[in-house]
Amino acid sequence: MNAHNNLTRRALLTGGLATGFVLAFHLPLRAAVNEPVQPRDTTEGKFAPNAFIRIDETGRTVLMMPQVEMGQGTYTSISAVLAEELDADWGKVEVQHAPPNDKLYGNPTFGLQVTGNSNSIRAWWLPLRKAGATARAMLVQAAASQWGVEPASCTASKGEVAHAASGRKLGYGELALAAQGQTPPKDVAVKDPRDFVLIGQPLKRLDTPDKVNGKAIYGIDAILPGMKFATVAACPVFGGKVGKVDDSAAVKLPGVRKVVVLDDMVAVIGDHMWAAKKGLEALKIEWNEGPNAEITTKDIWDDLRKASQKDGAVAKSDGDIAKALASGDRFEAAYELPFLAHASMEPINATVHVKPDSCEIWTGTQIMTRVQSEAAKAAGLPVDKVIVNNHLLGGGFGRKLEPDMVIAAVKIAKQVDYPVKVVWTREEDIQHDVYRPVYRDQITASLVDGKVAGWKYKVAGSAVLARWLPPAFQKGIDIDAIDAAVDAPYDFANFHVEYVRAEPLSVPTGFWRGVGPNNNVFAVECAMDELARKAGKGPIEFRKSMLTKNPRMLAVLGQVAEKSGWGQPLPPRVGRGVCVQPSFASFIATVVEAEIDDIGEITLRRVTSVVDTGIAVNPDTVKAQIEGGLIFGLTAALYGEITIDKGRVQQSNFHDYRMMRINETPKIEVIVVKSGEAPGGIGEAGVNAGPPALRNAIYAATGVALRRLPIDRKLLAAGKKA
Amino acid sequence: MATTLIVNGETKSFDAPPEMPLLWVLRDILGMTGTKFGCGIAQCGACTVHVDGRAVRSCVLPVSAVENRTVTTIEHVGSTPSGAKVQKAWLEAEVIQCGYCQSGQIMAAAALLAATPNPDDSDIDAAMAGNICRCGTYVRIREAIKHAANGRQS
Repeated sequence: MNAHNNLTRRALLTGGLATGFVLAFHLPLRAAVNEPVQPRDTTEGKFAPNAFIRIDETGRTVLMMPQVEMGQGTYTSISAVLAEELDADWGKVEVQHAPPNDKLYGNPTFGLQVTGNSNSIRAWWLPLRKAGATARAMLVQAAASQWGVEPASCTASKGEVAHAASGRKLGYGELALAAQGQTPPKDVAVKDPRDFVLIGQPLKRLDTPDKVNGKAIYGIDAILPGMKFATVAACPVFGGKVGKVDDSAAVKLPGVRKVVVLDDMVAVIGDHMWAAKKGLEALKIEWNEGPNAEITTKDIWDDLRKASQKDGAVAKSDGDIAKALASGDRFEAAYELPFLAHASMEPINATVHVKPDSCEIWTGTQIMTRVQSEAAKAAGLPVDKVIVNNHLLGGGFGRKLEPDMVIAAVKIAKQVDYPVKVVWTREEDIQHDVYRPVYRDQITASLVDGKVAGWKYKVAGSAVLARWLPPAFQKGIDIDAIDAAVDAPYDFANFHVEYVRAEPLSVPTGFWRGVGPNNNVFAVECAMDELARKAGKGPIEFRKSMLTKNPRMLAVLGQVAEKSGWGQPLPPRVGRGVCVQPSFASFIATVVEAEIDDIGEITLRRVTSVVDTGIAVNPDTVKAQIEGGLIFGLTAALYGEITIDKGRVQQSNFHDYRMMRINETPKIEVIVVKSGEAPGGIGEAGVNAGPPALRNAIYAATGVALRRLPIDRKLLAAGKKA
Repeated sequence: MATTLIVNGETKSFDAPPEMPLLWVLRDILGMTGTKFGCGIAQCGACTVHVDGRAVRSCVLPVSAVENRTVTTIEHVGSTPSGAKVQKAWLEAEVIQCGYCQSGQIMAAAALLAATPNPDDSDIDAAMAGNICRCGTYVRIREAIKHAANGRQS
């Protein structure tokens, strides 16, 4: 076990639209959050100046993680931010999952203990720096008073306070008890970024040493004394219920312990997952499929296309859009995106022990407190009787922003007196997801003198926020669905954005890595390429001419052109496509180079991204998130689509819901720009870059202007033109 | 009837149905959770272990097929020369994100290097294409395998 952690066995804040989004969240919600930095812990024998820092007499420094680690590297970055201002000895830093507590650990943006929207660092950047600096000041005060000197004459570095004039030093461990007795200073100063020693360094991740040897513990790895194993079958039709269950064959199988029938799913509990699975296969279940049993993908698209003809709620309107669209060269297009499943490598699961007066849960979730309160409802217990033990997440991607798997596991565990680990099969995981919504985005624009004179953009799709965070859904506008629509990076003098809420028949929708900008960046960047061609300009030249007020975007676009070899000759049916995106307060330009063979099959040759995310807390993590995000997005563009027939999801596992594999992966180069601006979000940004850049590469290589994802190879065979 | 396996050098005896996949024996009977469940149909490679040194998908491998054979899992692969090199290279290249698939990736890479000490890109593709990483760490996996192979030469 690595000394750095103890996890074994056991678009929003700044810039552009992101600001509007945050404000919208803040106004109704912020009042619920207490100041997260100041509460003191009374833990004996420790210096615990606030909810995040625990230093014991040996100098062991435990940092409590308000955000969850699902691969994005936040445990290391959050620790670096705290340790930077604390001047901790990085080698002595350990991390712990925080328990559910909105008052102590609520994400300052959401007022809830939630990890999402690429905002961990953005939301916690100042609060955690202040928490670290406050703790450092208390340690310095403790040392100064012991030495009888002025605190200002002391310095702190690597877990020690020093008094240079007298050559004295004391370690944080030696000072822990005395520091605990100090009064926390008010409004402590944070460091000048020029003095950072940890932030900006490519620090080794704290969570990875245990991930190479099988010791890291994910929710699915929880093991408890006397635990049994369960797996489930939910009604294959959304909204359907269990009718009759004949369990006579199942209960006779060796290792099968119990069949649990819930309202909309059946579970079998066994001595191990295999017994549970065999038991489930042996059940004869009749479902009451309900009113959705005939729904198909076509019905859903017919509805959405019809809904998208309606006028939407106006999210933004600058200039005179009607007049602008009446002049110049007019362009109209609609872009359509499919349902997508999350398919985290760790299938959804939860382990639950329900006792008469308490309920304990072991899982990996992005929403600690919501899981706690939903579990309390399901268990019929007060919230304070529900203990949630969070774990590393084997991928989240938004799926674990939902509590459904925990609620189901509690209902199952209520039927027995032992702990039960409930694991969804991959098939159940894919067929009972909350899906990335289908979107239809219409863009109408006019060109005058080779530039966009009017831009009208209507987004039609599901309002995930209206379900997930109702107070944030106001005036008929889903601020997530239009996030990067109103925050377009370009100088559009006459600029109009509308939103039509259109919930798909029966299919539950949710956040999916990249969230709202998924649809916006795709539509905007596809349209910009088509407009460039209409204007007779190159894609980069055209974009640059309308980025005159956006120097950070202009800079990354110029750099990506250079690094990607933009303009250098390519063989036939090979193209380069570009995407610029303002999502999550980061500025990113990406070029994809792809080859399309005569039957329309695609080979990704090379991807180049230049990223200005402000201060990069851990530049290597930024690179890794863009690399991985690109692959996540390109996977969706190449293969991703969930379809519905007879009310059921037709895909079930990785053979028919395909993922990109190593042999299909291109060379990827990510350049992280040095910047002194406030940190932007990075965990989801790469996802949004891949699809439009690839689509534009295909447009360059073949002349075919694709307007739907996933990419339809049939349209790309040699000789086809759009 | 008791089944006997040699797992990570230790003899383990337990009761299990003969058709029960090795994956669930490891995880749910022996309590060795380093080997992961991803798909159950040998499509993703998260469950990869070594049987007599070869990479196999334990989610579809009946336990009866490996009786009395040598099984090595992620918990013990560091004691093999290629496994140790791969683990080291993985950390140096900072390959890992969520890490859930990485047990399987490391087992596949260790088997590759044990059989092919200096793999080229096509060897890497052939050995690793069965392992899905949803976080998209493939670029670094390729780099780390090459790094581990070079480490072997030096």
